[in-house]
This record gives sequence, C-alpha cells and structure tokens, in this order.
Amino acid sequence: MDGIVIIGAGESGTRAAFALREAGYRRPVTLVGAEPHLPYERPPLSKPVGGMVQMTPICAREALEAAGISYLEGCSVSKLDAVAATVSLSDGRVLGYEKLLLATGARPRRLACPGAERALDFRTHADAEAIFANVAPGRRVAIIGAGLIGMELAAVLRGKDVAVSVIETAPKVLGRAVPARFADKLHARHAAEGVRFHLDRTVAAIGEDGVVLSDGSILPADLVVSAIGVVPEMTLAEASGLATANGILTDACLRTSAPNIFAAGDCAAVAQPGGGHIRHESWRNARMQAETAARNMAGAAETFASVPWFWSDQYDLGLQIAGRPQPAHQTVLRTTAEGELEFYLDDGRLVAVAGLGFGNSLAKHIKLAEMLIAASIRPEPAALADPGVNLKTLLKSARAA
Amino acid sequence: MTWITAGKLEDIEQEGAIRFDHGGRTYAIYRGPDDSVYCTAGLCTHEAIHLADGLVIDFEVECPKHSGAFDYRTGEALRLPACENLKTYPAEVVDGEVRVALG
Repeated sequence: MDGIVIIGAGESGTRAAFALREAGYRRPVTLVGAEPHLPYERPPLSKPVGGMVQMTPICAREALEAAGISYLEGCSVSKLDAVAATVSLSDGRVLGYEKLLLATGARPRRLACPGAERALDFRTHADAEAIFANVAPGRRVAIIGAGLIGMELAAVLRGKDVAVSVIETAPKVLGRAVPARFADKLHARHAAEGVRFHLDRTVAAIGEDGVVLSDGSILPADLVVSAIGVVPEMTLAEASGLATANGILTDACLRTSAPNIFAAGDCAAVAQPGGGHIRHESWRNARMQAETAARNMAGAAETFASVPWFWSDQYDLGLQIAGRPQPAHQTVLRTTAEGELEFYLDDGRLVAVAGLGFGNSLAKHIKLAEMLIAASIRPEPAALADPGVNLKTLLKSARAA
Repeated sequence: MTWITAGKLEDIEQEGAIRFDHGGRTYAIYRGPDDSVYCTAGLCTHEAIHLADGLVIDFEVECPKHSGAFDYRTGEALRLPACENLKTYPAEVVDGEVRVALG
C-alpha cells in the first residue's frame, strides 16, 4: 500500500495534495487529473481577457515537484477497487493506496431533449474555449438555464455585444441559491442590458437553427449553451459500492462508508449535526473540505464546520452569500452607498447574509457577518439595519461578552 | 524619496483601507487600529483583486474574493491562496494628510 492517492485535480484535489504536506504527511502523494493541463482555477473561465480564455494554474509545476506530489496529468481512473485498495488508470497502470481522496467534482447535467448534443456545456477550459471561439458581436447565443452559471455567462456575452436569450423552466431566475430580492434585481439588470428571458418554458428540441420551446415557438440561435446545473461525479464511488445519494456520503470528518476513503468538494455530501447530508458547489467549499480531509487523512479527527459562502460577478455587480438563506427566515435589510445587504435570522440568531453591490464593495461586510454567524450571535435587528453601525463593533462586543 | 499626498487621514476608517491610484498604478492605504498608516500595492498577489475592498482587522487585510491575507505593515502573505508578499511603501501622516512615497 503506497501513500495517498487523490482522484481529481480541481480546486479541491489539488489543495488537498498540498494540505497533506502542510499537515506533515511524508509518504507518497499522487494526484490524478483527467484534463491535459496543470490544475487550473475555474472562476476565471467565464472572464476571457481580450477574447482569450484564461488558463490560471492553481500551482506551478515546480510547486508540485517541490512538495513531492506526483501529478498524473490527462489520466482518468477507470476503476476503484475499495476492497483491494487499488485504482486502475486509463493508461493501464494500477495504483495501490493506503488512503484515497475522491475529489471528483461534478459534471454538467445533460439535457434530455432531441438535439441535446448540439448544446455546449460550460464547466472546463475546453468548454470555455469552444464557447468563446464561437461568439462575436451580433451572433445569437441561447443559454438554457438561469442559474448562476447561465446568468454569469449571459453577462459576459452581453459585454461582447452578443445577442443573448436565456430559457428557464422555473418562473423566476436564480431560484435555487439566491434570495428573491437579489434574484429580482439581477433579473432586472440583465433585462436592462438586453438579455431576453423566456421563463416558465422548457426546451422541446434543439435544431440546426436554434431552440424549439415547449410552446412551439422557435428561438433562433447560432450557439446553444446548456447550463442546467451539475450532478456530483460519483461513478467510481457507486461502482465500488460506497454509500451515495446526492453525492458521495461522508461522515462529519469527510470519511466515506469505506474507512480509508475520504471525499471532498463538489462530489461530497457531508453529514450534518442536525441530520441529513449537505453538498455544496463552491470554490471555497472545495478548498476548505480539502484541507479538513487532508488533515484527517494525515491522522487528525476534525469535523468539517464552515459557513458556506460563494460569490457571483455579473456586469459590475458582485453578489456574495454566506450561510443558507431560507424563505422562512426573518429578513433585515441594510442599504448602504455601495448596495444592499440582507441579513437572515432564525429565531433571533443570525444564520445567513446576502449582499449585492458594486464590485467587491460589500465583501468586507459579508465577511464580518460571516464571523457573526460563526459566533452564533443574536444581534438587534435595528443594529443590523443601521448602516451607521459597523458590524465590526458587533463582532467585538460579541467576543468581549 | 518623493512624498505624495494621498488624502486625509479622516477619510480612512480606523482599521480600514482606501484605494489610491497614482501614475497608472493602484495602491491600498491602511489606517491601523492605532491610527498608524501604511501603504501597499493595491492588488492581491494571488489574482489581481483590489485589497481596499478587503476586510481589515488589526494589522491584517483579507482579500475580498479568495480570503488570502496579508500583514499590511510588512506585506507578508499570511494565508493561502496568497503566497507572494505584497510590496509596501513608506506612509506617514502630516497635519492630518496622508503622504506616501511610491518611488
């Protein structure tokens, strides 16, 4: 049995490899990545610079070498044998492991309609190149799905003077992850920027000339992008008999149903203190879970606890959300010069915050609110609403108490 | 050393930062909890995000996007994903005006 093998060289797997070394793990670490590049960051993919899709490596090749991480590039895993503790690689090699980390991420959910194969996905560097190589001013792009990825792409394409239509099954945009107040504001901004929305419509088919909607209307398009969400990549885990549901099930320490196999990032559904499992798809979650999983593989027994947080940039607006806002929460609005913050209270306790404002201007308030959430405080709603009250003061008084 | 006036101390929140642009470059100027002032390069060394939007606590500034952190007195990178130190520049307060030496 030879050290630790990490399957998946995205943000989570790569971070875990380095975090193992930081935790003092000295035996071999092998990082297996299916894509033919150094590990790279995904957030920049939607922000081409001068028409070129950015390739932002997470780390330099020298950094992998210096840390003694064997990086197997462009190499996929065809089989995981959890009993023999081996993985079979696409090039025929078989690797034994002492412990394994599944950081397999998520893959785009596929449309099921006729012509679905004509729609491009938007997940990888290759996907981004295929999309941006085919857009030019005046071309027409139909985006299926008004979630975060679809809306971010719509904003970028409008910036390139591309005609954009967005088709969404639900009656509202951004329904899943974004509180209604900010979803409505972003919707209005996209409409003002000229994005045409077709809400409450499903796609009947994708043809050569465009998208056929469920009401029979045809939306002409030169390019169709499918952005209807992702599904956790758990093919290997399922085939090897690990417990899965909406993700690879782990305990609070990120250990799967096999004691020497851990999971982190988009693929992992982590046991919650109140019962059930939660899976997050975000940059920070991928890194934080990687760090916890790495320390636990190196011998610790930490439970994963972190306030979920993500951001989305659309036009010159920055959206940030920490915690999980729910419709049942009491909401408190704070309006500042830079934008709006909405706080979410559950029985008096601050549990979530969302903000929408110019660029990153609200980030520091969101960060402070996140610290207040982690500290389990019960702030006065009037103090949260008052832009004259610095959240730092609330944090300091909570810490002093 | 050429000193440039960058603004008034009272315009920077205590334990806060502002953006300052000069000569085609961008900087962040900080006011510490003790009213001392400091100046660093404006953009995070990880991914060119402006640090003036970041949270300042004590003598630490945190990148608003990826949570990398720096000691703004020395520019030292304190937390991943930032691993390269920030460039720092001398800063001082004279009669309520913040002056920086960017040369």
